[in-house]
Amino acid sequence: MAEFALPKNSKITGGKSWPKPAGATETREFRVYRWNPDDGKNPSIDTYHVDINDCGPMVLDGLIWIKNHIDPTLTFRRSCREGVCGSCAMNIDGQNTLACTKSMHDVASGGAVKVNPLPHQPVVKDLVPDLTNFYAQYASIEPWLKTTTPTPQKEWKQSHEDREKLDGLYECILCACCSTSCPSYWWNSERFLGPAALLQATRWVTDSRDEATGERLDNLEDPFRLYRCHTIMNCAKACPKGLNPSEAIAELKLKMVERQI
Amino acid sequence: MSRPSSMRTPLGRVRNLGSSHSGTTDFWRQRLTAVAMTLLIVPVIVIVLMLIGRNHAGAAQILGSIPIAIILVLFIIASAWHMKIGMQIIIEDYVHNETLKLVGVMANNFFCIAVALSSIYAILKLSSGV
Repeated sequence: MAEFALPKNSKITGGKSWPKPAGATETREFRVYRWNPDDGKNPSIDTYHVDINDCGPMVLDGLIWIKNHIDPTLTFRRSCREGVCGSCAMNIDGQNTLACTKSMHDVASGGAVKVNPLPHQPVVKDLVPDLTNFYAQYASIEPWLKTTTPTPQKEWKQSHEDREKLDGLYECILCACCSTSCPSYWWNSERFLGPAALLQATRWVTDSRDEATGERLDNLEDPFRLYRCHTIMNCAKACPKGLNPSEAIAELKLKMVERQI
Repeated sequence: MSRPSSMRTPLGRVRNLGSSHSGTTDFWRQRLTAVAMTLLIVPVIVIVLMLIGRNHAGAAQILGSIPIAIILVLFIIASAWHMKIGMQIIIEDYVHNETLKLVGVMANNFFCIAVALSSIYAILKLSSGV
């Protein structure tokens, strides 16, 4: 059956409460998921207090502050700190989003900032999920231009209208917030490609320059790869870039029907 | 999700047995039967209200009307088909043991076909005044 409960060794137990920073006048409580693959212990939730007068406004700023001032062992991914790279995707206050674009002030007023890794993925350490399967699914949709016509001397041409059709698709940064928020993906992540890969598939199916549209649809036409999407729409709610993978998947389903009827 | 124990590459695992090139027919039929049921539900409710409190002879008389019998038969075909597809999706979503899944899908097919045929038989029997 689908896994509804965490495995025994993933159940959260206790956690360390770190003292408030000395001299801080205003602090914000952070409750952060911790798990170390090397100590053989179960995961725990550690409590930290961040001096908000010495720290930037975003959740990522808080995490970096904790790493620099309290606990250097806290592990998380981050890079661009401006919502472009998708590295710092995590579950904040119950919602998958980017720590760098989520303001601490937007987290339920006054309450603790609860930070967990992206749901239902194997954890490498602390807030770092193992996205191997997610990236392999992206690779499986062959996200590059495929043509049979000999490459032109200059560029492959595309009208302004056709280029506009890629809006809302090409902006995806592959942060995995959508896929890991999707219950269908939780239960069937080995076989369902998930909203991110399917949005990218739509991007290439929609591209007027691509000559492999039919093959791409053939590759997706499967009760599990595509049709596990039940339009739950958690993906659209989670996407930190404001995209709508659910709508993109509906486009794919429509094309599947269109080529049959 | 547990860590895969196989030494296959991640892409090999994702590609696995390849695409089955199916699913669109069920997707389309699910919508088709949903629309059919939406159109049929009002007449069906009216017919059921007409049948309330009637004895066997009264019911047989109402179902003796060809349009009424056809509406009911169409509703049963649409709803049983919709039920079969819906239940199969639920089984595929949650049952991951391959044997159990096969047995579940098979039982679902048997159940839906049995329900549909029994209902249609009952309507036709009443409709023909037997």
